[in-house]
Amino acid sequence: MTPSDIIAFLQQHHAESVVSAVADGPYPHALVKAEGLAAVAAFLKTQPRLRFDLLRCISAIDWPAKNNIELAYDVISTSLGHAFAIKVVVDRADPRVESVSTVWPAAEWHEREAFDLMGVEFLHHPDLRRILMPEDWPGHPLRKDYQDIVEYRGLKFNP
Amino acid sequence: MKEIELQYRHPPDLLDDGEIPSDIRTEELVLNMGPQHPSTHGVLRVVLQTDGELVLGATPYMGYLHRCAEKIAEKVTYRQFTPYTDRLDYLAAMNNNLGFALAVEKLGGIEVPPRADYLRVIFAELNRIASHLMATGSYGLDMGAFTPLVYCFREREWIMDLFEAACGARLTYSYITIGGVREDVPEGWGDKCREFLDYFEPKIAEYNDLLSFNHIFINRTGNVGICPPELAVAYGLTGPCLRGSGLAWDLRKATPYCRYHELDFDIPVGHGENGAVGDCWDRYFVRVQEMVQSVRIIRQALDKLADGPVQAKVPRVVKLPAGEVYYEVENPRGQLGFHLVSDGGTSPYRLKIRGPSFCNLSVLPVLAPNCLLADIAALLGSIDVVMGEVDR
Repeated sequence: MTPSDIIAFLQQHHAESVVSAVADGPYPHALVKAEGLAAVAAFLKTQPRLRFDLLRCISAIDWPAKNNIELAYDVISTSLGHAFAIKVVVDRADPRVESVSTVWPAAEWHEREAFDLMGVEFLHHPDLRRILMPEDWPGHPLRKDYQDIVEYRGLKFNP
Repeated sequence: MKEIELQYRHPPDLLDDGEIPSDIRTEELVLNMGPQHPSTHGVLRVVLQTDGELVLGATPYMGYLHRCAEKIAEKVTYRQFTPYTDRLDYLAAMNNNLGFALAVEKLGGIEVPPRADYLRVIFAELNRIASHLMATGSYGLDMGAFTPLVYCFREREWIMDLFEAACGARLTYSYITIGGVREDVPEGWGDKCREFLDYFEPKIAEYNDLLSFNHIFINRTGNVGICPPELAVAYGLTGPCLRGSGLAWDLRKATPYCRYHELDFDIPVGHGENGAVGDCWDRYFVRVQEMVQSVRIIRQALDKLADGPVQAKVPRVVKLPAGEVYYEVENPRGQLGFHLVSDGGTSPYRLKIRGPSFCNLSVLPVLAPNCLLADIAALLGSIDVVMGEVDR
């Protein structure tokens, strides 16, 4: 299916969750409400005409100007060969969203990374803890307003 | 640690000689493997829960090599980031360069001249061979066979020489740049490359004699760490790990980039010749077969290589229109993805890197339970992680 077909199909079945969609350009995707993410994710994976079984990536993008964080879920179907992406926007001050690790177990580590580096909390995640940074590291480095720390456990950094 | 049902590969009653009382009390032991350990292939730490020789659970801890390349990307220009991609999967730097260049070109709408496209294919495939040589050689080393490593390095050296002739570097190339390749290959390079292919092709049979069909090696790797295709897809495994599970999924066929759609090659998959489909041996053997396919691809690309420019007209400081793109290429270890967001400036607003090793490693806690302790080395080696890419 082409991206525009997928968007039409998605709007037909999940009209209440789909906020907007981009069908052409380099990055076709659909913006989905955070409350509807779990349902849309399960639909994308199990619906026989979509079968998006391979979750490729979860990217978190910080937008201080818009005061939100975007989460992009890139998926591809190994049986049907088409690719798509869905996006969710969460509040920057209190970023929370349902985990999709029950739909795609691959999401487990991607979500841990987004939690670690961007500070997004994933509800009902089986094991949400930092993955790349030390457990006691202050702040989330990929936030745009992240301040470099000068000392960590007695180790001083030169700017 | 959750309770799991124990399924011994070697049932304990076969090992019991009758002298040990059956009510002997055993305790679980937590074993720390790494960060310094030869078979973790870098600084990976795995905490193993063991009951005697049996592994009950494995928890990987990463981040020892974390440099936050994604944050660096936001501070440098597009061209300046190319050398950083070399250091992600440092065994396949050409392929990383290619992935990043294609992502930028896609967003910027940059057309690459045909000669550069074929050169990219040639270098990507040569690097795939070099990377697979490293993977298979060191896998033999993990399993206690030293000789295959030396053989593999002998051939890898030749590829390094070819790369050195083209770009001057032997590990971090930055050869494939935005808009094409940095410079044309020197006079007579194509003949040298053909000479290497003629020399290399029969050597693959030699590795098979030495390692692939070696009894000891098969006993160590066959039927170990079986990953069914559904599990592999669910955990986002790609590359030889996914194809080892019997699924013919390759981005070079599924969503062709460069000139792969014009070239003829097969996708090798695991068949379970020495155990079940998706065991360590299958993952290993897919890599060996992929080297044969890469030789085929390079030969065709060399035939099609015509004279012409190797660089598109791209300004020195690349400026991309506001927007975003997600682009993936087939690396030796799986699908390398770049999610590039631009705000119209000269450096990325956000660059998320999807490292194939990162995703492939996430299946380890699922595959490790019920393995023997010595099988963990077999399992890790067959997943073939490069920590530079896991930690980024």
